[in-house]
Amino acid sequence: MEENRTVLSIEHLSIIFTQYDGGFEQTQLRTIKDLSLTVKEGEMVAVVGASGSGKSLLAHAVMGILPYNASMSGEILYMEEELNQKRIEKFRGREIVLVPQSVSYLDPLMKVGSQIRKGKKDEASKRKSHSVLKRYGLKEDTENLYPFQLSGGMTRRILISTAVMEQPKLVIADEPTPGLHLEAAKRVLSHFREIADEGAGVLLITHDLELALEVADRIVVFYAGTNVEEAFVSDFYQEETLRHPYSRALYRAMPDHGFHSVPGTQPFAGQVTSGCPYAARCAYTEDACYRDIPYQEVRGGMVRCIRMDSDNGGLHDMGKGDGK
Amino acid sequence: MKRLGITAAKNLIRMAVLLVLVSGAAFFLVSVSPSDPLKTNVGQAALGSMSQEQIAKLEEYWGVDTPPVKRFFSWASAFIKGDMGTSLLYRQPVSKVIAEKLKSSLWLMAIAWVISGTMGFLLGILAGVNRGKLIDRLISGYALITASTPAFWLALMLLMVFAVWLKVLPIGLSVPIGTEASAVTIGDRILHGILPAVTLSLTGISGIAMHTREKMAEVMGSDYMMFAKARGESKWQAIRHHGLRNIALPAMTLQFASISEIFGGSVLVEQVFSYPGLGQAAITAGLGGDIPLLLGIAVISAAIVFMGNFTANLLYSAVDPRIRIGRDQA
Repeated sequence: MEENRTVLSIEHLSIIFTQYDGGFEQTQLRTIKDLSLTVKEGEMVAVVGASGSGKSLLAHAVMGILPYNASMSGEILYMEEELNQKRIEKFRGREIVLVPQSVSYLDPLMKVGSQIRKGKKDEASKRKSHSVLKRYGLKEDTENLYPFQLSGGMTRRILISTAVMEQPKLVIADEPTPGLHLEAAKRVLSHFREIADEGAGVLLITHDLELALEVADRIVVFYAGTNVEEAFVSDFYQEETLRHPYSRALYRAMPDHGFHSVPGTQPFAGQVTSGCPYAARCAYTEDACYRDIPYQEVRGGMVRCIRMDSDNGGLHDMGKGDGK
Repeated sequence: MKRLGITAAKNLIRMAVLLVLVSGAAFFLVSVSPSDPLKTNVGQAALGSMSQEQIAKLEEYWGVDTPPVKRFFSWASAFIKGDMGTSLLYRQPVSKVIAEKLKSSLWLMAIAWVISGTMGFLLGILAGVNRGKLIDRLISGYALITASTPAFWLALMLLMVFAVWLKVLPIGLSVPIGTEASAVTIGDRILHGILPAVTLSLTGISGIAMHTREKMAEVMGSDYMMFAKARGESKWQAIRHHGLRNIALPAMTLQFASISEIFGGSVLVEQVFSYPGLGQAAITAGLGGDIPLLLGIAVISAAIVFMGNFTANLLYSAVDPRIRIGRDQA
């Protein structure tokens, strides 16, 4: 089998916000810290994390639309070449597309048909947009509606339609499922799976682990601005194959696996200064957890945990159900 | 269609109520005013040399002895029949006086309205798009300064600079002094209208510019502008496709609502430039106790301002799909 090309590769990405804290004091808020991941052609990678963990910023960073007071460090590569501002401006909307998270990303005063076509009026664009609408089960006259007339499910499909008007090589889907009932959410995700099966790389950003497990190939577990583990979907079939205590906690929190919750809350961006962001809640915390922890490969996946050691491929003294 | 009829009918009733209240209030204010129409218009010295009979005749002419409520109702009943009465000062039908004064005021106000609207809109967009940058600070600075400058003071300054020092523009009135009415050219009229129109426009720009700037800045930070960028549109493309569309509606409302401000400003500005328009006529009528003329002007101005706001409402619901379609579906 020939090796698929890596479409997107993010290495050690950090995003820092500069803001004025009440008075004239400038504060630096690190919302994303040392994040790395890759997406290959035909592959769907899901970044899973709780709301407010900075996931959307990841999408905005790749698209080059971070707010003016944000600065980023690290590297973003597209097709194995650095994706600088000049290159992203060339590719975005064509090869690299964003599927945003809500109806507020549509112009409230423009009919959705012209928004899908980016205002183009020629016959070819019209025909293309009609076939795209049809592909997603929307009637042709949907194009004459304004965003406020769309239902939640229709909005999603319109937003996806904007992505497939051209041949994207990388699709970034930012929270495409909230507010939808299970059936509609599954259908929306299946559309992204299709796009991946047609050869594009899809980066799915979501808070819904269960849904992500149904469609994605790999899962990146995101916690307080950084990724603690990268695992195959099959690793989530049982707790023992997972590599990080937080991933295991997520596993146990799923309804089918006991609905257990770990006390405490996820820290806000900027509260974690060094070491493992999960240390405050982990049952296995030791001094070393508060120092820098390398992101290392274990059993084909990646993990950021000092208890993990690539030789034995498992966590020491961490049996199933421990640390409740 | 039926709903539109109901909206129009509702607004007509609203306007009628407004006009009744405005004329009543104006009348009340004049009747409690301490100024004596005889002393103001005839003069203390002339009154002293008059016989009791002559004074009694004048008092009857100015309605001094008639109870105010009776006077108001006799005016109102005639007004409803379409008779606005006769101006006591001009000795002409009120409708004729108003028509004449309105003509010279109207083009002044129309020019100021158009200039302040377009300039305010353009400056507001420029400032909003470049918020925080130098150009924004210049425009905002200008707007804040003119907004806090009284119109009459600005008029005096312009008068001093252009009419007194530079002597390039006339000092007042709407036609050259000592010229026969038939000899007055359009050029003369334009020359005399420049300073009042400029004063009105300069003060009118600031409100529209500041509101447009705020709205533009909000639109620039919106999700849909960000998405337009993410879809490969450049900044100015996104502004053209989505920005203008979204600020045009509030700007339009503001433009029609600003008629009242221009109207109010014109009263002061006409006074400073001795410009014989509706504003000056209102002041003369108020000070001289010319009740029919004053009430006539109050009602006409209130109606014009009301129509401005009413037009804004109608346009809004005709243009904004969220209101238009929402209404049809309801």
